[in-house]
Amino acid sequence: MLEARDLRRTFGGVTAIDGVSLDVAQREIVAIIGPNGAGKSTLFNLLTGHLRPDAGSVRLGGREVTGLAPHRLCALGVGRSFQRTNIFPKLSVFENVQAAIIAHRGRGRDLWSRAEDLFRDEAQALLGDVHLLDKASLAGGALSHGNQKQLELGIALAGRPELLLLDEPTAGMSAAETRDSMALLRRIATERGLTLLFTEHDMEVVFSTAHRIAVLHQGRLIAAGTPEEIRSHEEVRRVYLGQRR
Amino acid sequence: MLEPSFLVGQALSGLTAAMFLFIVASGLSLVFGVLRVLNFAHGSFYMLGAYLSWQVTQWIGVATGSFWLAVLGAAAGVALLGGVIERLLLRHLYGKEDLYQLLLTYALVLILGDAAKLLWGTQQKAMPRPAGLTGSFEIAGAVVPHYNFFIIVLGPLLAAACWLLLSRTGTGRMIRAAAYDREMLAALGANVGRLYTLMFMAGAFLAGLGGALVTPVRSIVPGMDVDIIVEAFIVVVIGGLGSFWGTFLGALIFGQVLAFGILILPGFSIFAVFALMAAVLIVRPAGLLGRSFK
Amino acid sequence: MKKINWAAVVWLALLCVPFLGSRFYTFLATEIVILALFALSLNLLLGYAGLVSFGHAAYFGIGAYTCAILMKTHGVPFPLAFLTAGAAAAAFALLFGFFCVRSTKIYFAMLTLAFAQIVWAVCFKWNAVTGGEQGFNNVPYPDLGWMAALPLLGGLRTADHYFLVVMVLAGICFLALRRIARSPFGRMLTAIRENPERAEFVGLNVRLYQMAAFALAGAFAGFAGALFGLFNRGVFPDFAHWAKSAEVLIMVILGGMGSFWGPAVGAAALALLSHQINAVTQYWPLVLGSVLLLLLFVFPGGIMGLRGKRRA
Repeated sequence: MLEARDLRRTFGGVTAIDGVSLDVAQREIVAIIGPNGAGKSTLFNLLTGHLRPDAGSVRLGGREVTGLAPHRLCALGVGRSFQRTNIFPKLSVFENVQAAIIAHRGRGRDLWSRAEDLFRDEAQALLGDVHLLDKASLAGGALSHGNQKQLELGIALAGRPELLLLDEPTAGMSAAETRDSMALLRRIATERGLTLLFTEHDMEVVFSTAHRIAVLHQGRLIAAGTPEEIRSHEEVRRVYLGQRR
Repeated sequence: MLEPSFLVGQALSGLTAAMFLFIVASGLSLVFGVLRVLNFAHGSFYMLGAYLSWQVTQWIGVATGSFWLAVLGAAAGVALLGGVIERLLLRHLYGKEDLYQLLLTYALVLILGDAAKLLWGTQQKAMPRPAGLTGSFEIAGAVVPHYNFFIIVLGPLLAAACWLLLSRTGTGRMIRAAAYDREMLAALGANVGRLYTLMFMAGAFLAGLGGALVTPVRSIVPGMDVDIIVEAFIVVVIGGLGSFWGTFLGALIFGQVLAFGILILPGFSIFAVFALMAAVLIVRPAGLLGRSFK
Repeated sequence: MKKINWAAVVWLALLCVPFLGSRFYTFLATEIVILALFALSLNLLLGYAGLVSFGHAAYFGIGAYTCAILMKTHGVPFPLAFLTAGAAAAAFALLFGFFCVRSTKIYFAMLTLAFAQIVWAVCFKWNAVTGGEQGFNNVPYPDLGWMAALPLLGGLRTADHYFLVVMVLAGICFLALRRIARSPFGRMLTAIRENPERAEFVGLNVRLYQMAAFALAGAFAGFAGALFGLFNRGVFPDFAHWAKSAEVLIMVILGGMGSFWGPAVGAAALALLSHQINAVTQYWPLVLGSVLLLLLFVFPGGIMGLRGKRRA
């Protein structure tokens, strides 16, 4: 479904991503791990159109999408969540999700209809899916961190994506929140047949959820394979154990 | 029309204008770089510098060295005002959205503009050139006033001095660190609050200095505050916000385009500068030497 | 419980003003309604799209000059001149907006000012067309003779007839703006305001939406300008001056940009205040700046903000 080939990106003199190639098959759950500074967020930004790669290509379902603007990529069925929670703070939880649906369905150009009740059912169903229906009228910014992440998931799902990219979905969460969050994610991914690509620091999450794991270190992919393969991979162990993880 | 003496004259005139602009714009860029505040009232500081220097000469009379005394006194006075504003008003808005700070400086433009009218009326004022710089000489057939030449030399000297201060001294290092990460700096124990006040005062000083120095060449009128802030802003857009040498480059380009734009569209040479700014915005939105900020 | 539509009540009450028979009240009411339109147009940009414009008066000025020049110099009938004024303002807003939206908040604000200064400079210097510094004077009222033949309106003056025209046209504009604010497009603007990065990743071409908001805001400011030029019987360069931009900005903040009608309230409040102040002193900008300071430090939500929580 997603093919990245030889992606390269430098900032000033620093090569953040150096020749990374990655394949993600449909309905797969792939995790990208690596020490801090390995380039995970940069790689994500390259895949989602926030940054243009200096070299290399990205294909989605066989279609060339390298350097496509984020809003175009989004229309092709890619959803994303961000590391720092990225929601619409002063809009209510309901309005957050509704806005996302309106945007995805292309109704944003409508200057005439009343937006209040647009897609109400669909928005509420979505909120139900991410367990936020009871908080629908609260302001997005007033939610707890964990709830905001749920809301972000809801926003990402509003576009009915086929591929979901999640940048550190459990960052800042307690153990209990992490468990619940990942369970929700797994369930939704299975129900909707989603392909998931996520970055993480929490190894327990990674090893228990991912079908395959890719390891990034200093901008290069040093290993990719099943959790067992990665667990016993020599270079990975060196990189992690040597880093006092 | 296109004789060498005319071209040289125009180029030097452009350089003079550029150096005046640089002095002012550097203060704007400095304050933005450290405090992340685009001080709309920077132009008001410039205007007050001009009026204050005129006022000082009214008080001490015309004697040897009185011009320089007036200039420095005016710049210092404006710096003091800047310090008061930063402490009493701006400080309280740091945590809030950028909009608040912008609106504060906007309110200051309105208030200071009228304050100037209240104190000095609306009649144009002028200052004579300082003794010793009243003459002129010839370069390649063009007549260059001594004072203009002085400004052309002062600009790069000031730039060099600021650059040395920023890159070689401990204070300079702190300033640059604050521009990068103020929270980290505070965590390291540096008195960020005092640094901010000092930087704002430094910016105000530069604006006031520019205003005071420009008085022999341009008349002191209400409205010079908004004119200069727009020009300084264009300089910073072209050169790159937050980049010191970018401001210098932007000022140079602005000066030359303005000087030679007169050949194309007399009276409307400011349009040439606008067109340039628009072009830069399309090609390099962060400015020629700028780093893009979030 | 049915909510009272206060806006409609106020509008109907204002319709009665000409029948009070006072020149001054009609004058004041006309001014306030036009300025309310001006302020509401800016709020589309400021309150809804979250874009701070320091140069909104440019479009007010463009609308005013376009309408006046078309009517006086070229004899164009009022309806056509009015619509063209809005279109011209929108066109310039689109042009300037294209450059402005490429930049972040602070840059954006200063760029709007810079472009507005250009507009002002053109109005000031282009003597042949705009009358230059002296302004464009003796602008004719539209032909309102037909109104005297209507029932109830026979006994009213021309200024009253013009007021009623303003009420109708402004009223239509108010309804249009209200419609836009409540539409899906309006929702998209608020989403962009709240989080442009996120908005981009729900599929919005943020720049395009911002440009659209800019153009719409400019159009309605142009309509307001056209009406004001005729009301004032003359169009002057300071219609586009940055001080005018400051006034309308403060109107919006004073009234409260969190509610739809807030800016209209702010316009009325500021207009009334300016009449009081200008009768006493020429230092209106000083007062204006002080009002802004007060708002910033004490009442950021403006007048309507005093009512309670902000609605999105």
